[in-house]
Amino acid sequence: MDWGFIFTTSLSSAIGISSIVFCLGAIGLNIQFGYTGLLNFGQAAFLAVAGYGLATTVTTLGLNFWLGIVVGMAATVVLALLLGVPTLRLRADYLAIVTIAAAEILRLTLRSVAFKDTFGGSDGLQQFSDAFYNLNPISPGAYDFGPFKYNEKSWWVIIVGWSLVALWSLLVFLLMRSPFGRVLRGIREDEDAVRSLGKNVYWYKMQALILGGLGGAFAGFMLALGQSAVSPDAYATNLTFLIYVVLIIGGAARVFGPILGALIFSFLFQFVDVVLDQAVNTGVITFMSSTQAAQVRLVMVGVGLMLLMIYRPQGILGDRKELQLDAR
Amino acid sequence: MVHWPVTRIIALLVAALGLLGTAAVVSAGPANAEGEAVQGTLRDLAGAPVVGVTITVTNDSGFEDSDVTNAEGAWIVEVPGPGQYSVLLDEETLPDGTTPPTVNPITTSADPGTPRFINFRLGERERNVQTRWDRAAQLSVEGLRFGLVLALAAVGLSLIYGTTGLTNFAHGEIMTFGAIATWFFNVNLGINLIGAAVLGVITSGIFGWVQERGLWRPLRRRGTGLIAMMIVSIGFALALANTYLIIFGGASRPYGDYDSQAGIEFGAVSLTPKDMISMVIAAVILALAGLALLKTRMGKATRAVADNPALAASSGIDVDRVILVVWITGAALAGLGGVMLAMTQQVSYLMGTQTLLLIFAAVTLGGLGTAFGALVGSLVVGMLIQLSTLWINPELKNVGALLVMIIVLMVRPQGILGRRSRVG
Repeated sequence: MDWGFIFTTSLSSAIGISSIVFCLGAIGLNIQFGYTGLLNFGQAAFLAVAGYGLATTVTTLGLNFWLGIVVGMAATVVLALLLGVPTLRLRADYLAIVTIAAAEILRLTLRSVAFKDTFGGSDGLQQFSDAFYNLNPISPGAYDFGPFKYNEKSWWVIIVGWSLVALWSLLVFLLMRSPFGRVLRGIREDEDAVRSLGKNVYWYKMQALILGGLGGAFAGFMLALGQSAVSPDAYATNLTFLIYVVLIIGGAARVFGPILGALIFSFLFQFVDVVLDQAVNTGVITFMSSTQAAQVRLVMVGVGLMLLMIYRPQGILGDRKELQLDAR
Repeated sequence: MVHWPVTRIIALLVAALGLLGTAAVVSAGPANAEGEAVQGTLRDLAGAPVVGVTITVTNDSGFEDSDVTNAEGAWIVEVPGPGQYSVLLDEETLPDGTTPPTVNPITTSADPGTPRFINFRLGERERNVQTRWDRAAQLSVEGLRFGLVLALAAVGLSLIYGTTGLTNFAHGEIMTFGAIATWFFNVNLGINLIGAAVLGVITSGIFGWVQERGLWRPLRRRGTGLIAMMIVSIGFALALANTYLIIFGGASRPYGDYDSQAGIEFGAVSLTPKDMISMVIAAVILALAGLALLKTRMGKATRAVADNPALAASSGIDVDRVILVVWITGAALAGLGGVMLAMTQQVSYLMGTQTLLLIFAAVTLGGLGTAFGALVGSLVVGMLIQLSTLWINPELKNVGALLVMIIVLMVRPQGILGRRSRVG
């Protein structure tokens, strides 16, 4: 067992592309779920429309990259409106079912043969990220920075990604100490009380859904650019569940919750994978194949989500009293 | 708040996964002696064996071997070890008039120590005259069948919601559990599918009992909120589905009996005997469940608890006992639904996960919390999914059902038979 290697890869993974995607996705979800109490189980759909908005504009239509970013964000707002109009008046668990169904509708449509010319079917779309990498000021090569080893492309993604995380965290911090943020938290605590103060609860919820969706949109951009590709099955329901795990580990309704959650989750996810893989290869574990060992991780994610929700629903940073979630 | 030690929750997880564990040990049994092989039986749509067809198995590292189907249509190719294989049916060797299979070659992965069964589905027999009405009739019957499968799962989901308020995202995994348990009884222990299905359904009921006693009742005692419990069920679903993947593997496998049966024609509609029998069984069991809800003391108590748990408790109903009975029967019904689903689309670790949203659509359509609403909603969703393929591409048929669910929520959020007060 090469522990040095295990820790370097795990630490590298903690700041890597997937960690950035989880973090931005969780920041968006934090606005919806953490602060406003909206059970959006379709966060993967927001990532998907943003990524596909960008990729379709550039690859299929042959238009400008920045126009693609605008299209991706516009598509996210449209999706939030489409989801919000029918569901935001309903009770929390209906919202969960509808958003999860909408995300699945979107994925099935994106991968269908009927739209293969536009969205590329189950292969997805590639070759839309050149304009992004052309902006990269770092000259080609591999760069080590402490335990983190990446090439110039990955460093560029990491720098842009964590800058976006910082900007979004600042935005959330400022918003949530403003009167707007207090209304959102009021809705989470007691919708009727806020309504009786003359606030348009429905419209505030809609704004939270749109804002959180835009957070998800940036996660979608980073996922698409980091992999230089979009493929429909990357946006399956499991992605939403992982984003929930990240948010709940860190602590919902806390500005630093998503960041801490993403770092810890990405580290552990990689750590367990490498440890099990090495254990299988060096013959320490003989009762599993290395494919099965990789699958054990998702069982652990599931059990981890259960135990967190039961014993520490507030995560590491949260306040338990703030998260007494109840639908009835 | 009742104190509830950590050990208890770990014990329940061990117990829940332990049920699967026994199955895993069983799977390591007799089948292992044979070594890795890829095999199957080639039959035409009428169920008659297709003789003299060459089937070739290859892999990336240069392995190639072939076999010719014998008088029973059976073929077997021994492979050097676990891994990815490509199975090609030589279409030149098919008898004249047989339509080639839609998927050819089939890519498969051989697991250590077990033969992998490959089922080439020879294409649709060409009908000389097939009008849209003929297809509509055939699709309606298939829709009815799928609706019954959904109903078996939806009744339990809806009653669990009604009595405890839990939106159970792990309900699809109970279907998978029933299907996989039946597969182990059938293929590994060699019990005929009918007996295996009975055992599988009983095991599913036990699984429901374990879940309620080990997880959900303690959580209710602990005062865990409904949303928190819903997220717990999502974690549970994720853990279960991946446990199935580890134990059962990623491939789809058929049951050992009645795999390819000849269809019997009724005018425009063609149905296999197993479809007919399973549809009758499902309809009878659903009718019995409905009668039990209406007529028996337990059924009345269940409806009372679903209506108002506190009032039911104060009038002397043992609410916990009612909920336990709901869990056991709900899980057993879902397990049966899983077996029925696996008879048409084979057993796979994701089958329940993939059906869950359609069950939700059915339950939402009928009205969350009502057993009869779930029944009506399931039949509507099942028919809708199949009939929609008259106009839209089959790969998008589930999209239609989910869209209808969203539209229903906009227009009549309480569903067809639900009451407005439940929506809040």
